[in-house]
Parts: sequence; C-alpha cells; structure tokens
Amino acid sequence: MSILEVKNLGISFGGLRAVDNFDITIEKGQLYGLIGPNGAGKTTVFNLLTGVYKPSEGIVLLDGKDITGKKTIEINKAGIARTFQNIRLFKGLTVLDNVKAGLHNHLHYTTIEGILRLPRYHKVEKEMNKRALELLEVFELEKEAEQLASNLPYGKQRKLEIARALATDPKLLLLDEPAAGMNPNETQELMKTIRFIKDKFDMTILLIEHDMKLVSGICEELSVLNFGQTLAQGETGQVLNDPRVITAYLGE
Amino acid sequence: MKLKTTKLTKNNLITYGFVIALFAVVQIFLSAGKVSSLMQGLLVPLCVYVILAISLNLVVGISGELSLGHAGFMCVGAFASAFFSKCTVDLIPVAGLRFLIALLIGAMAAAIFGILIGIPVLRLRGDYLAIVTLAFGEIIKNIANVLFVGKDSNGFHFSIKDAVSLNMEPDGVMLINGPQGITGTPGDSSFLIGILLVLVTLFVVLNLINSRDGRAIMSIRDNRIAAESVGINITKYKLMAFTVSAALAGAAGVLYAHNLSTLTAAPKNFGYNMSIMILVFVVLGGIGNMRGSIISAVLLTLLPELLRGLSDYRMLIYSIVLIVMMLFNWSPGAIELRKRYSPKRLLSKNKAAKEVE
Repeated sequence: MSILEVKNLGISFGGLRAVDNFDITIEKGQLYGLIGPNGAGKTTVFNLLTGVYKPSEGIVLLDGKDITGKKTIEINKAGIARTFQNIRLFKGLTVLDNVKAGLHNHLHYTTIEGILRLPRYHKVEKEMNKRALELLEVFELEKEAEQLASNLPYGKQRKLEIARALATDPKLLLLDEPAAGMNPNETQELMKTIRFIKDKFDMTILLIEHDMKLVSGICEELSVLNFGQTLAQGETGQVLNDPRVITAYLGE
Repeated sequence: MKLKTTKLTKNNLITYGFVIALFAVVQIFLSAGKVSSLMQGLLVPLCVYVILAISLNLVVGISGELSLGHAGFMCVGAFASAFFSKCTVDLIPVAGLRFLIALLIGAMAAAIFGILIGIPVLRLRGDYLAIVTLAFGEIIKNIANVLFVGKDSNGFHFSIKDAVSLNMEPDGVMLINGPQGITGTPGDSSFLIGILLVLVTLFVVLNLINSRDGRAIMSIRDNRIAAESVGINITKYKLMAFTVSAALAGAAGVLYAHNLSTLTAAPKNFGYNMSIMILVFVVLGGIGNMRGSIISAVLLTLLPELLRGLSDYRMLIYSIVLIVMMLFNWSPGAIELRKRYSPKRLLSKNKAAKEVE
C-alpha cells in the first residue's frame, strides 16, 4: 500500500513552469530521494506537498486520502511533517519546548486548564515532557533539553528540526537537504540517524539532498528533477548511472 | 532525566513576591504617614499602568506583534464599566460585588473589541499592524468623546450629536455626556484592589505563557512557517494573545475609571500618548520580561512626581533617565557588564573557587 501517491502535479509562477507533470509513488517504509540541480523545483515540490503552495493541477493522495490543495495545518494533521532547507527552529524556545510545540495537536488541555493549573495541565505536561525527552534521546539531545534552541550548534539544530517534525507523529517525513552545511563526519552520523528513524518509527521518508554519498548510501529509490520536469525515476543505482542524469549534473 | 521546571516556577514566585513586597512597603509608609497626598493619589494609577504594561508585553514580547492601540482597549473597559456602575450604583449597594461585575463587564467589552479588531488586523504584520492599532485607539477615544447617553422614564437614549438630540423627558438623567464623559462613577477602586488585580494579571499572563497555548504563541513569534508546519493554527493563537491582552487592558481601564469621579476620554489618558507610554514601559523593562515591565512602570510613574521639586528640569531629567535606562538594558556593552557582575555569577564563582580550595 503506497503512503504517498502524486499524479500530474504542477504549478506555475507567472510564466515560469516551476514543477510540471510530477508523478511519484512512495511505499510505506521506503526511503525515497528527490535530487536535481539547483533551481530544479525540489523544494517547490515539498511546498506543494505540504500546502505552502496550492498546486495548479494534479492530485496528492496521502494514505489513500486526497489532500490536494489543503492548508498546511490540515496536511500536517493528515500526516506529513517536514524540515526546512534553511533551518527554521523556534529560537526563543528551549530545545524541549521546540519538540513540545510539535506535540501540540497530540496532547491537549484547554486554555482555562492551563491558566488555572488544573490537574489535567500537570498530567498532560508531564506526558509531553516524557514523550519529548524520549524523542530528544533518540537524537542525543537530551542533555541540551533546557538550552535555547538558538544556542545549539548547527548539526544539532538540524537534528532538533527532525525531532520536532517527528513529534507530530507523521506518516511521511519530508527532509529538505538535511546534510546541508554538515562536514563528512556529521553527514555520516546523519545517515545513521536517518536509517535509525526509519527502522525505529517504521517511517516513510522523502528527502531532498545534494550530497551524493548520502543519497546513494541510504535512498532506495530516486526521482531526478530538472527544470521542473522529471528526468529519471527508479532504483537508486540505475538512476545515478543514467546518462541523462549525469548530463544534467555535470553538463555535456 | 530531571527537568528544571522548578526554576521557572521559582522565577514566577519572585515576580509575585516582588509585587507583594511593593504593596507591603507602601502600606508601611502609609501607616507611618510618610506618603504625601499626591503620592497617595498615584497608587491606583500605578497599578493601572503595571497591568497595562504586563498585558501589552503579552502582545509585544510573547506574540511578537507591535500594537500601539492599547489605550483604546483600556478606554473601552473604562467606559463600559463606568457606565454599568453608574446605572447600578443604587441597585447593587455592595461596592465589592458591584466592582467585580463591573470588572467582568469591562474586561469582556475590551475582549470583544480585541476580537473584532484582531480578526482583520492580525493579518497585517509589523509596521502595518502598529499603524492600524494606533488608528483604532484614536477612533475609540474620539467615539467616546461624542457619545451621549441618557436615561429617562422611557428608557435609554443614545446620540452621537449632542445632549439635546437625546429628546429626553424632563426627568431624564445624563449618563454619558460627550466630552464631559461620565460623572459620578462610584469610587470603588483602592490600592488593595489594584494590587490584587496586578497579581491576577500576572497569574493569567505567566501561566498562559508557560502552557501549551503560550508555547504555540511563542512558536508563531519565532517562526510562522515552521509553526504552521507542525500544525499550529496561526490565526487562533495570535487572536488569543491579542484578546487576552485586550481583556486585561480593559480590566486596567475598569480600575482607572472607578478611581475617578469624572471619566473623560482626553488625549492624555486614552490617547496615543498613553499607548506610547505603555510601550515605553514594556521596551524599557525588557520585551517579554514581565518583572521588568512592572519595575519600569513603577519607576517611570513615580519619577516625574519624585522630581517635582526640580520643577522646570523635571521632564529633562525624566528623558535622560529614559535614555540611560535604555542604554543600560539593551546596549551590548552594558549587557556584558551586567553579566560579569550579576549576583548569580559572582555566587557561582565563589562556589567554584571554594571547590578548588
């Protein structure tokens, strides 16, 4: 059963056809890579999938449910979580609170219960702390739990963003260049983490990446975008050896 | 792993303690007869300003929006509650009960205006929001100035022209008399009630901040797009912060109105100068820092009175103090210096030194 099914997705900005006729099918538990040269439209695909942009045409099915053109919040509730190319953390909040913000829609109490500190506030907050710390432990961030997110080093900020996205309990996790700005060691570690998340949470992951080592190391299937068009699609090894892909990346 | 949430509670307790200590000190001075009547007259307004500063800090510091119409919400609260109290002064003879109902009415009225203004306005950001809220404050003040309400044997009469056009019977009584405002509001406020209200305001704001809703509000402040991506409803939480803040400003207005026998909507009390002054309290006290708001509101309200002896130089010194405080709070050099000599650090240094020994 496929988790994500996208058919004929497209969007234009004025005269620019940013994404055209984009198809993708991701099976549950798959690690799928979306690659392509700069400006190919990869992040635009993410923005279309998460409701930041409304597609001009096409349909998006998540776990069989139509989520085309829905709002970001609804899409998140339906089960897509993402990270951002340029890290977007809640910098004024602690590391722990960043993850707890991700739990926002999963653990509830009313405003009145919060202000009056009724028993349910304490109960739910305790549960939130527990779950958030569990997630932080996965990313080895539990020691920094009470630091401000802005004080974390770059690599850990990337990890925190993934932890926050996972806190929303998604069916599909979108990672937008998770290894950007990381050194080879950090990238190596990140690959391990991504594999670990996939196994531990039985997560389906779609990721955009430029680092070919990471892509060939962990992605099972790939789609290659160029100028908004799908250039190639299929098993990682095959796609990376496709002459059209090599041309797109390296030139004639 | 153990979390240091107790640190947060401790910090809040210090803030409550600070307000209670302030009250105790004033009470001691009062009983010793050391407070001039002028200063005594300032005590309730002091509480009003503190409440306003805390509530505005919720919008500016926690929600991250610049609002310049806070005096408008205070004006709504003041007029709604004063109108109620004046109508029911004979009906409800118990001052405490009457004030409590007036308080609820004032806060509710301001909250309703907060929602009405907030829905269209919170789509705007930054400077635009500031300008629209500024205009809103002025509109409210001006409407209050042309509002005529009277009551006679036929019931209530309204007009926004003049008293004559109310067409009242001879037995009619003016309730709101345009620019002359509301006269004869029962003086139900007191310093004690003011301090209690400050504590309630602190309780509401601090607990809101440290809750699920507060987290949502602050996450929107820090990054809208990311907040949306984790499923946080931007409009809802912005509106929540704005409305709670408006309601608390309304409560401050109630306190203010019941401290005066005549309530008028002058530029001095509900105009844009007032909104700016509240913003000055917030900025000087530290954006997002509630205790700082209290301290700066108290200092800056008392300062002009303390300097009265200097007559002509009064406002000059006041403005110099403003500049100095601003530098002390925000300049990088001063922050560095404060860190180096903060009592907390000196203490831990001593401890570390001892451990080495």
